[in-house]
Amino acid sequence: MSILAEVTGSLGSIGYGLAAIGPGIGIGIIFGQGVQAIARQPEAYGVIRQNMILGFALAEALALIGFVVPFVFGK
Amino acid sequence: MNFSTLATESCHLVPSGCGFPAPSADIFFLKPYATFSLFGINFEVNKTVILVTMVAIIVIGFFMAAFRAPKIVPGKLQSIGEQAYLFIRDQIAREVIGSDGDRFVPFLASLFFFVWIANLMGVIPGAQFPVMSSLAFPVSLTLMVYVTYVVIGMKSQGPIKFFTNAAFPPGVPKVMYVLLTPLELLGLLVTRPVTQAIRLFANMFAGHLLITTFTVGAWYLFSPSVIGALGSVTSFGVTVVLTGFEMFIQGLQAFIFTLLTAVYIGGSLHAEH
Repeated sequence: MSILAEVTGSLGSIGYGLAAIGPGIGIGIIFGQGVQAIARQPEAYGVIRQNMILGFALAEALALIGFVVPFVFGK
Repeated sequence: MNFSTLATESCHLVPSGCGFPAPSADIFFLKPYATFSLFGINFEVNKTVILVTMVAIIVIGFFMAAFRAPKIVPGKLQSIGEQAYLFIRDQIAREVIGSDGDRFVPFLASLFFFVWIANLMGVIPGAQFPVMSSLAFPVSLTLMVYVTYVVIGMKSQGPIKFFTNAAFPPGVPKVMYVLLTPLELLGLLVTRPVTQAIRLFANMFAGHLLITTFTVGAWYLFSPSVIGALGSVTSFGVTVVLTGFEMFIQGLQAFIFTLLTAVYIGGSLHAEH
């Protein structure tokens, strides 16, 4: 069978770009809601900041796994 | 690629016109200074081993010196040591686990300071290799955390009840258990340690690679010409900014590692109700 369409070159860069879409949206939502929550109740700043940082780290991990995987599995 | 040869080859853009020697994953494999073999396993002593030994000596030495002869009215070193310990106890252990987490504060404090000082080695001139960017070190720390929260869960909730409490969370319609139980068990036993190790490793790997790329770029563009001056100076400025950002990320990742350890230990101590 002949190849009809092919992507060549640095697939790792494309992979990372695609992998960064989801966490980008996720982190935006986390911090947006966090800032709104602080605006609604400024006394709860400590609790809200704790949970914001936790959520940020969990979402960022996925983007960074996308950055590292091309180095590990690529040529 | 070996950076001592990069310096001597003098591969700049303007005179030589050679391609940009982009750093890849090879920069994380360092030359060994000594090798020895024990029980058939080959060991290498390279910069990473020396750095991690130094980090351990620094952390242990600091806390031993701070709490050597504690007084009621603390001196300067003891004050700093107490602030450090209380930061972990109040911000991490008490917030997440509650007051029966006090017996885990030494473990959490050791984890936090070891990870933070090991990360900091990435920006200290001379060392400039974040120890946690070698996958072995986050994996070893995560293995300790994994064994801790599984054993504590089995001890405080009973060996079988620990897994059934995690696999069948209450307050869910019975039909959902078909979907939820495998995901919960997988999350408890596989996802938690894997993501904890990879998060720390990937953050340090990516940060080191970024700083190295811009430093090599500053060297590569360095030449007495317009593109040399503009490109090299800009690249060096970005290196400085990225180093500052990297220091923030290093502290944040150490904090996140310790916070997640506390969350997992707290989840093992008190079952979800």
